[in-house]
Amino acid sequence: MARETALDLRTRLQEWIPKLVLAPSVAVMLVFVYGFILFTAFLSFTDSKILPSYGLVGWHNYWRLFQLPTWSLAIENLAIFAALYIVICSVIGLTLAILLDQKIRGEGMLRPIYLYPMALSFIVTGTAWKWLLDPGIGIEHTLHLWGWTSFHFAWIKESDFAIYTVVIAAVWQTSGFVMAMFLAGLRGIDNEILKAAQMDGASNWNLYRRIIIPQLRPAFLSAFVILAHLAVKSYDLVVALTGGGPGRATELPATFMYSYTFTRNEMGVGAASAVIMLMTIAAIMVPYLYAELKEPK
Amino acid sequence: MRGYLGKTLTIAAMLAMSAGIARADGSVEVLHWWTSGGEAAALNVLKQDLQKEGIGWKDMPVAGGGGEQAMTVLRARVTAGDPPTAVQMLGYDIQDWAKQGVLANLDDIAAKDGWDKVVPAALQKFSKYDGHWIAVPVDVHSTNWVWANKKLLDSLGIAQPKTWDDFVAALQKVKDAGKIPLAMGGQPWQEATMFDGVVLSVGGPDFYKKAFIDLDPAALGGPQMVEAFKRMDQLKGFVDPNFSGRDWNLATAMVIKGDAAFQMMGDWAKGEFLRANMKPGVDFMCFRTPGTDGDVTFNSDQFVMFKVGKDQQAAQNAMAEAVMSPSFQSSFNVVKGSVPARTDVPDTAFDDCGKMAMAQLKQANDKGTLLGSMAHGHANPAAVKNAIYDVVTANFNGDYDAERAAKELVKAVALAQ
Amino acid sequence: MSAVSQGTAVSTGRFTRVLIHVTLLVFALFYLLPLVVMLINSVKPLGEITGGNMMALPKVWTIQPWLEAWSTAQIGVQPTGLRPYFINSIEMVVPAVAISTLMGALNGYVLTKWRFRGDTVLFGLMLFSCFIPFQIVLIPMARLLGLMGLAGTVPGLIFVHVVYGLGFTTLYFRNYYAAFPTELVRAAQIDGAGFFRIFTRILLPLSGPIIVVTVIWQFTNIWNDFLFGSSFSGQASQPMTVALNNLVQSSTGVKAYNVHFAGAILAALPTLFVYIVSGRFFVRGLMAGSVKG
Repeated sequence: MARETALDLRTRLQEWIPKLVLAPSVAVMLVFVYGFILFTAFLSFTDSKILPSYGLVGWHNYWRLFQLPTWSLAIENLAIFAALYIVICSVIGLTLAILLDQKIRGEGMLRPIYLYPMALSFIVTGTAWKWLLDPGIGIEHTLHLWGWTSFHFAWIKESDFAIYTVVIAAVWQTSGFVMAMFLAGLRGIDNEILKAAQMDGASNWNLYRRIIIPQLRPAFLSAFVILAHLAVKSYDLVVALTGGGPGRATELPATFMYSYTFTRNEMGVGAASAVIMLMTIAAIMVPYLYAELKEPK
Repeated sequence: MRGYLGKTLTIAAMLAMSAGIARADGSVEVLHWWTSGGEAAALNVLKQDLQKEGIGWKDMPVAGGGGEQAMTVLRARVTAGDPPTAVQMLGYDIQDWAKQGVLANLDDIAAKDGWDKVVPAALQKFSKYDGHWIAVPVDVHSTNWVWANKKLLDSLGIAQPKTWDDFVAALQKVKDAGKIPLAMGGQPWQEATMFDGVVLSVGGPDFYKKAFIDLDPAALGGPQMVEAFKRMDQLKGFVDPNFSGRDWNLATAMVIKGDAAFQMMGDWAKGEFLRANMKPGVDFMCFRTPGTDGDVTFNSDQFVMFKVGKDQQAAQNAMAEAVMSPSFQSSFNVVKGSVPARTDVPDTAFDDCGKMAMAQLKQANDKGTLLGSMAHGHANPAAVKNAIYDVVTANFNGDYDAERAAKELVKAVALAQ
Repeated sequence: MSAVSQGTAVSTGRFTRVLIHVTLLVFALFYLLPLVVMLINSVKPLGEITGGNMMALPKVWTIQPWLEAWSTAQIGVQPTGLRPYFINSIEMVVPAVAISTLMGALNGYVLTKWRFRGDTVLFGLMLFSCFIPFQIVLIPMARLLGLMGLAGTVPGLIFVHVVYGLGFTTLYFRNYYAAFPTELVRAAQIDGAGFFRIFTRILLPLSGPIIVVTVIWQFTNIWNDFLFGSSFSGQASQPMTVALNNLVQSSTGVKAYNVHFAGAILAALPTLFVYIVSGRFFVRGLMAGSVKG
């Protein structure tokens, strides 16, 4: 009957709407992300220099990539940087969020203070950090003036330690945002459960460890993806703070890729490094995402 | 998908598109990275010159990393089929872009105005591709300079060093007096700028040419190159411990304040001295890196002209002519600290350092010792230049000793070619 | 529910509270330190910076650098200051943030409340897309923008920022809605509410905190983006970051650090404004909420 088919159509439409809503995002992603990745993979086998060109050279670009001492150094630096950065940011972010969630009167003031570093373009903030960390003019110098003459802090000038100064500046920049993510998560937790647990005599420590933090699991996933992505893409930070130096000691894959693709006119090598990077990220992310997104049965 | 298009097809499509995009009549769009006070003001003179002829100026400034950012933007613009009219560019980049077949041909005005006679041959190597004019040079900077605080030197009884040994002795004397002998910024390009002068001082123009321009492995890894790296090690002994990462102008400020005695830097450093109200010859000294008198390692900013629609060609040609006019060349370079890119411009408006530089440029041009600067992309293409940077900075930061550095240099250059 | 409407129900002792406040303040100092350096140097004459202690308070106070950065500093051939570029940035940022946030919210809603076969795989693909290095995007994107006729235009820039923001906005909303009780949605469905009605009436009003996080993220990233802003803008649509970059970057020119710092802070003001304003929604999202009692 007519009425029934109309109803049927309506339900069928309702069923299709979610997919239609999602469709543009998926289409755009397939073309502008995965299409471009394929294009880059193709470029990595070509003799592209200043602009893409299409003469195939086989594995030559990869062969050259692994001859370059800066590349292995960049990968090594990324491992150190990413691990420290992700862990420290998460710990500080979660701690601040929990503390800020204790009915702090000044929350409205403190939140923007923690967040503001993200607002500043690092092109300039990098200069401020560079000065602070410079033993000749920054913290060390100031403390010497105040009488603490044995204080020594010159990491930024030392090849083996300069990467840690990049970690400090990076943590400064984004830990406030991680705090906001966790805070949003905390604010989404049902207080009734907490009250019930408190009645049962659970200590604060146990309350957080057993009940609250496990509920923040999705927030951890967000934080991890955001931080990992920022670690992989850290570019401004290094350029402004150390310029990759001393020497090439703080070169990261992002600075390496950019410099080979655009400054050194070796787009083929740049593309090869991008492919290796993406494969490395996939090797780490795919198992993690799989475990995280697996249907809880 | 783009990947399946042939190169010619792509370029043809780009050109078709660039012709199709409507622009206001008689205007030029200029992509450049001269954004700091003096430079930008100097360029404004060109804008006004063109306005007098009724030609509009669309400004497209993108600063950063000595033009690196602007070159990235240029790639996007050309790929999108919308290249600017003129683009500031350095050295081998010009030739690389010319190979893509996207540049205009300026032969007619070049012939009319006789550029072949007035532009130094070493510059023409970059302004021309395949025998055709594609770019107009704006200035000539040179890199083998030493800047010194005269009062400090006088107080220590140091005269202008003539030879390398003199120079080292002078540096030692400053060190003994408890001052910083050499003000230095530890960034790869600054170290490489110093290296330009050092290599030239070790082996002279012939060796420089063999090593950096011909990229002869025997020269790159030979005993003279080892000696050059040894001299870099020597210089390293005269910088303060906090040199790494320092901006070049903060290093210049150390000389201005009298904390440091010397700085080895290109002639843009002069602007800092002048701005601090110091007079050449009285408060500060400028001289060529000891052992390189009569030779000049240069870099030259040029405006490269891209292929544009027919309706824009008149404006483009007018801009090229305006850039090459002696009056603009003089007024621009007085401000910029560099020297004009044509040899027939009177030196009356220039200060003593500028006059000296102009005379030396002419002399070097006649002798054939006007050499492209490796550090600034005028001796070899970007890939090779940066490969050399890698080795120079590794040596200067103590990762390679002189022998190892020379070996690595051969390897790095071979890999980058 | 107690009088204080924000914060956890977990209660703490007096000593702990003092400790908490001290910790929070110490962190606040750490975050403020570089800003202090920038502020004191932005009110100093340049000679004092290059000639003296960069950490010291100014001997002569001046607001000249701020005025210069705002209206007279050389950005290109003309001394315009940062002023004209603000409007360019705002024209680009506001639509880009609005569109990408809305799409992200809808995507998150679909992916958690209207599950279908393969949705997890799609979400995984979207997540992974966050990691695409922007340098590989540049050339093919320029080509496609050229073909679409969007090269050098504001809509082109908006498009690019929406495309590369979607992964993140979807991630935020999906993870926020995942914790949201599906029973409420099912109940509304049984009552006959449709797809959009459930979204606007039930989920959206409770999304305050996550909208704040998403908007902060998108606004900051798009406002501070340099690579896309410089590559895909025309000469009339260059965003503020390109201008700021032109102000501070000069390889062979004089560096006026005081003006640079003033400019950097000026450039960040809109983002700071968003942080402070949106902060209210952290609380409001909660007050309206039935999730938290």
